[in-house]
Amino acid sequence: MLLSGSDIIVKTLIEQGCDLVFGYPGGQILHVYDSLYKYQDKIEHILTAHEQGAAHAADGYARATGKPGVVISTSGPGATNIVTAVATAHLDSVPLIAITGNVPTYQIGSDSFQEIDITGITLPITKHNYFVNSVESLADILREAFKLAVSGRPGPVLIDVPKDVQEAMCEYEEKAPITPEERFPAKDIRIKEAAECINSCKRPYIYFGGGVLSGEAQDIMLELAEKIDAPIGCSLMGLSAIPTDHPRFLGMQGMHGHYASSTAMNNADCVIALGTRFNDRVTGDVSKFATYTKVVHIDIDGSELSKNVGANHGLRADIKLSLEKILPLVKQVNRPAWQKEIEKFKAEEKANADTREGMTPSNIISLLNTYINENTPVATDVGQHQMWAAQNLIFRKSRKFLSSGGLGTMGFGMGAAIGATFATKERSVLITGDGSFGMSLNELATATKYNVPMVILIMNNGVLGMIRQWQTLFFDKHYSNSILDRKSDFVKIAEAFSAEGTRATNLDELKTAFDKAFSHDGPYVIDCIIDKDEVVLPMMAPGSSMNEIITEVEAEK
Amino acid sequence: MNRYIVAVLVNNQFGVLNRVTSLFRRRQFNISALTVSETESNEFSRITVTFEGEEDNKQQLINQLYKLPDVCSIKELNNDNSVSSELLLIKMKNDPATREDIRAAADAFKAKSMDYSRDSIVFQLTGDSRRIDDFINLMRDYTILEICRTGIVSLEKGSSTIRKVTNL
Ligand SMILES: Cc1ncc(C[n+]2csc(CCOP(=O)(O)OP(=O)(O)O)c2C)c(N)n1
Ligand SMILES: [Mg+2]
Repeated sequence: MLLSGSDIIVKTLIEQGCDLVFGYPGGQILHVYDSLYKYQDKIEHILTAHEQGAAHAADGYARATGKPGVVISTSGPGATNIVTAVATAHLDSVPLIAITGNVPTYQIGSDSFQEIDITGITLPITKHNYFVNSVESLADILREAFKLAVSGRPGPVLIDVPKDVQEAMCEYEEKAPITPEERFPAKDIRIKEAAECINSCKRPYIYFGGGVLSGEAQDIMLELAEKIDAPIGCSLMGLSAIPTDHPRFLGMQGMHGHYASSTAMNNADCVIALGTRFNDRVTGDVSKFATYTKVVHIDIDGSELSKNVGANHGLRADIKLSLEKILPLVKQVNRPAWQKEIEKFKAEEKANADTREGMTPSNIISLLNTYINENTPVATDVGQHQMWAAQNLIFRKSRKFLSSGGLGTMGFGMGAAIGATFATKERSVLITGDGSFGMSLNELATATKYNVPMVILIMNNGVLGMIRQWQTLFFDKHYSNSILDRKSDFVKIAEAFSAEGTRATNLDELKTAFDKAFSHDGPYVIDCIIDKDEVVLPMMAPGSSMNEIITEVEAEK
Repeated sequence: MNRYIVAVLVNNQFGVLNRVTSLFRRRQFNISALTVSETESNEFSRITVTFEGEEDNKQQLINQLYKLPDVCSIKELNNDNSVSSELLLIKMKNDPATREDIRAAADAFKAKSMDYSRDSIVFQLTGDSRRIDDFINLMRDYTILEICRTGIVSLEKGSSTIRKVTNL
C-alpha cells in the first residue's frame, strides 16, 4: 500500500496496538495530525493544554499499564516542552514513545523557524532516539522504537521526523506487533553462588524497586521471602508492587522511608536487591551504607550492578526467571531471632508514629485510603505531600502508585493521573501540593474537556513544604522564597475551568468533600488546608546514614 | 589508576560517535585517547578508547556502552592479548646547536624525518604508547614546536575478532 510518511506513522502506531496518543499540534507535525484525522476511528488523540502535560499523560498511561505511552508534538518549542517529561520517564524507566516533527531535511542545520536539534537535546535522557532521514526507514524505526522501549530495562525513545519525510510516499506493509526481547535467568553458577550466599546468612532483607514491577516478579519474590523468612522493603519506585498490608512488608525505605524498613535493611547481613539501583535517596552516605552486609543484586541492566553499592553477587538477568531458579536452592528456614528484632523495629516505629488528631498528613491520607479501591491509580507530585502519600497510602494491586521518583518532577502528577485514567478507565486520584499544582493546573482544561473522573487533593500548606523543611533543619529557618503566600483560590480556579471543587479545613469537611468527589462525574478539586510546619518524618539527612535517622523535629514556636 | 584499552564495534551511522562521547562526558569517564576508524565492513566503525581509572570504573564504562543500541560488541584489550600501536608527529625547532642531538635521538628511536626546513624538523614515529612517551620526553630537552598523536589502535592477537564477541 502506497502511503505518505505521516500515514505510515499512524498506521504503524495502530499496527503496534496503540489506540490512544497524547499530544499537541504545530506546523511541522501537521501532516501527522491530518493522518490522525483520517484514522480517528482507530486511534484517539487527546489534546492537552501543554506538551509537557501530554508527555506526562503518556508516561502515566505507561506506568499504569506497562504498555508504551505515545506522545506527539511539533518541532522547536513543542519538542523542548516535552523534555522534562522525557527525562522523568527516563529516570523512572518508563516505556514512552515520543514523536516530534521537525523542519524539512533540506532546511536542517540552517536554524530555520522552529528548528531544534531535539535528538541532540534528548540524547542523554532517552534510551535511544532517531532522526528519520528517509520515509523508507520510517515504519521499521517506529517498530524498533516500540521494541526498545519495552525490552530489558524499559525507557523512553524519541523519533524526530522532518516534515518532508512525513509527506513523502512509500510502500507500507502491515506487520505484527513487536515482541519484547527475550529475557534470561542468570547463569547456573551465579544462581548457585547467590543461593549459597542467601543460605549462609542469618538476617536477610529483600529490597526491591521498580524493576520488580516491570519484570512482574512480585509473586516469586514473595515466595522467596516466605521460604527464607525475610522482611521486605522497597524504594519509592517499588510501591504498589505488593500489597501494602502484606505481613512481610515493612514499607518504603530510604530518606523518608519507614523506620522499621530502613533499620532492618541496615541491620541485615544480606540484602537481596531486586530491580533497584541503590539511589542516594535510599542509601544516604554510601560509604556507611550496609558496610558489613552481603549484597545479592539482580537487575536486567548490568550497569546498575556495583554502580552505587558493591554487590557480592551481581546478576545481570531477569529477576523473575532468576528467582525461579534460586528458590529451589535456598533452604526453608525460620529465623525467630531476626523476626524478634524486626518486631522491635516495628514497635519503635509505632512508638514514634504520629498519633495526633485532626488535619494531619497521615490522617488525611488514611481517610483517603477508605475511598480508593484496589484499582484506583494514585498519582502524586513532588514534595512533602508525595512522601506522606508514599508512607501512608494502602495499595492492593500493582501499578497503582504513579510518582516521579528519579527526577522528582513537580508538575508530573496532573498529566500522569489523566493518562492513568485514560489507560485504566478508573477514577484516578492526584495528591498534589499547592506549589506543584501551580505548575500543572493548566491541565484542568484537559480534565474537564474530556470529563476525566479524577480527584485532585491539594495538600495546601501555603509553602513549598519540602523546601521549607530543609530550611528549617539545615538553613537556620531562613525561609528564602519558599513561602508562596499566593492569593490563588483553588476552588475558584477549578470552577473557572468548569470543574468542581471545595475547600476542606478539617477532617469532617474533608470527608464531605471526598463523598462528593468520589461520586462526581469529572474532575473534582479539594483544597485541603494543612499547617505549613508539618514535617515529613522520619528523615535521613542527606549524606548521613541509616543509624542517624531523624524522628523528631522541634516544633516552630 | 590503571590504563585500559577498550575496542568498541559500533554501527557505522551518523551520530554514533556523538552518542559514545556524550556518554563518556556525562558519566565523567576519564578518557585519555580515542580513535575512530572504518573497518573491514562498511556496516561498522571501530572505536578504540584508552581509559584511565579503576577496574570498577572500567566495568561501568563497558556496561554503559552496552546499553547503547548502536554498540555491537566490545572487547577489552591488553598487552598480553593484543598488539597496539600509535602514531606521533612531532615538530622540533631546527637549531644548529641541537640539530645533531635531535637527529641522533630520532635515529635511535627509528623516527622518520617527514619535513625539513631551516627552522623546523617534523618526525614521525609509530609504536606503542610507552615508546612514544619516551621519545617525547627525550625531545623535551630541546624545543618542541608542536605535537600531534593519533591515540592507540589495537587488535587482538591470533585469529579471533571483535565481531565474535557476544553481548554477554
Ligand atoms: C520542577 C521542579 N522544580 C523544583 C523542584 C524542587 N522542589 C522539590 S519539592 C518542592 C516544593 C514542592 O511544594 P509543594 O508542591 O507545595 O509540595 P509540599 O512540599 O508543600 O507538599 C520543590 C520546589 C522540583 N522537585 N521540581
Ligand atoms: Mg505546599
